[in-house]
Amino acid sequence: MDTLQVLTYIVWLIASVTFILALKFLASPSTARRGNQLGAAGMALVVLWTFFTTDGMFANWWIVVVGGVIGSAAGYLGAKRVAMTAMPQMVAIFNGAGGGAAALVAVVEFLRDVELRPGELLPLAFIIATLLGAIIGAVSLTGSVVAFGKLQGLIASRPVKYPGSQIVTGALFLAVIVIGVYLAAIEPSVPLFLLFVVLSLILGVQLVMPIGGADMPVVVSLLNSYTGIAVAATGFVLSNYALLIAGTLVGASGAILTQLMTKAMNRSLFNVLFAGFGTGGGTIAAGPEGEEQLREISADDAAVLMAYGKRVIIVPGYGMAVAQAQGPVRELMDLLVARGVDVQFAIHPVAGRMPGHMNVLLAEANVPYDRLKEMDEINDDFADTDVALIIGANDVVNPAAREEGSPISGMPILNVDQAHNIIVLKRGRGAGFAGIPNPLFSNEKTTMLFGDAKPSVAALVSGVKQA
Amino acid sequence: MELSAFELLSALFILVLAAFVGNEVVSKVPTMLHTPLMSGANAVHGVIVVGAMLVAATAGGTVAIVLALLAVTLGTINVVGGFVVTDRMLEMFKKRPGDRG
Repeated sequence: MDTLQVLTYIVWLIASVTFILALKFLASPSTARRGNQLGAAGMALVVLWTFFTTDGMFANWWIVVVGGVIGSAAGYLGAKRVAMTAMPQMVAIFNGAGGGAAALVAVVEFLRDVELRPGELLPLAFIIATLLGAIIGAVSLTGSVVAFGKLQGLIASRPVKYPGSQIVTGALFLAVIVIGVYLAAIEPSVPLFLLFVVLSLILGVQLVMPIGGADMPVVVSLLNSYTGIAVAATGFVLSNYALLIAGTLVGASGAILTQLMTKAMNRSLFNVLFAGFGTGGGTIAAGPEGEEQLREISADDAAVLMAYGKRVIIVPGYGMAVAQAQGPVRELMDLLVARGVDVQFAIHPVAGRMPGHMNVLLAEANVPYDRLKEMDEINDDFADTDVALIIGANDVVNPAAREEGSPISGMPILNVDQAHNIIVLKRGRGAGFAGIPNPLFSNEKTTMLFGDAKPSVAALVSGVKQA
Repeated sequence: MELSAFELLSALFILVLAAFVGNEVVSKVPTMLHTPLMSGANAVHGVIVVGAMLVAATAGGTVAIVLALLAVTLGTINVVGGFVVTDRMLEMFKKRPGDRG
């Protein structure tokens, strides 16, 4: 091992430590940003080191420069321009890019090595890792693109299923495995390998299409984990420990995060992936008679209820995010606090489209994060709360979850129905994102304020000012 | 590309230990930071750009060059976009408790 190689290993070690710290520092909001910057610095180090020390880079440097410039511009602009509400889609698309890169690296490696040793089998560990990188990277790429489409509203967010779609998925999976075994054990044929990659790409679409839009965050988290595993596999192929460690780290952390998310919804990962949650198909009657019972409230009346209450708990949901209502919500909080009202925010773990989505938005609006309470922390407080103000949340406050026979049965919910008054800000009269009717809305303590969340909250603000 | 048994086993050790570290580190992250966590982890696997650079360095024919170029581009989007978007999210958490605006 020459000096350069030794130094390369040390660079990998430093980079790996910064990646671990980047994740570790996320344990507290006060260190999180520094951690991320540290990770970025480690990344820059390993990228520059690779660029300046790799054999052959002298001839092909332009590939890296051209790709790097285009990729940096696209990534930077995308990241800077995206609205905070569209964050889940953005993470999905960046993840897809990573998966695609991993798959391409595996493909180029395969082609090169087949060329280097014509008519020979590739070493087993090597070919297995290459195939894993290709299939997982490809699934992650197309799966992320579908997830992006669903979150962005480009593709129907409801579960898309056709008769026999699970059989097709099974057949694809089987075909990919059979071809993989053939490539590893019998003959590393290039056309078959390309077929393998194409089938993997189709598999990614096939796996994500049947999953409802409400479950996309879990899917994005899972695909993130997949990309990590694909990166680890290519790290193995290239004998690069930086890739191996970073990929494994993300693969494991993504898996845990996915588990935490499904646990918050009280569902298994299997259920998320295959149950087609949100197909409707109601065991519970929805329908017009449910809607007639809804009682409306004027913004001024709602404002008075809150202004003269002792304690108000605000429950934000996706409706607040799409309406970009977090600014007015903060203004409302400030006014109420100035009047001596105790204002807290109850954050359900899956409120919005991503865990922590609401926290990010409210933080953007400068709501101090000690006012944001997690579900377990605040659930007992609703009983002596004057007003629970629900802003565009639906499924996370749906009491149907406490009963059998609903698709969300067993999901822990916020106990808003224990508050003295429940005011629901809602865009329209339809069911929530998951398509499940919500008996909370016809509760006798509930009043509805229909309309886009932003003007509704603004009306509450001016109401409180006059109260 | 032919790995010795020792190298294979070292890689396996690294893999298993890194998986435990990932598991351990993430379990301590509070729910409110889960979105930045997902995004930050997403940025970390952007290290695939290094893999893309390595195959770019040895890319011969047109096909390999085109694929390597695409890989570098996608990997860079992942890494740059990932870190920038995570930074944007985390920037919003800088308000300390007690700041009542």
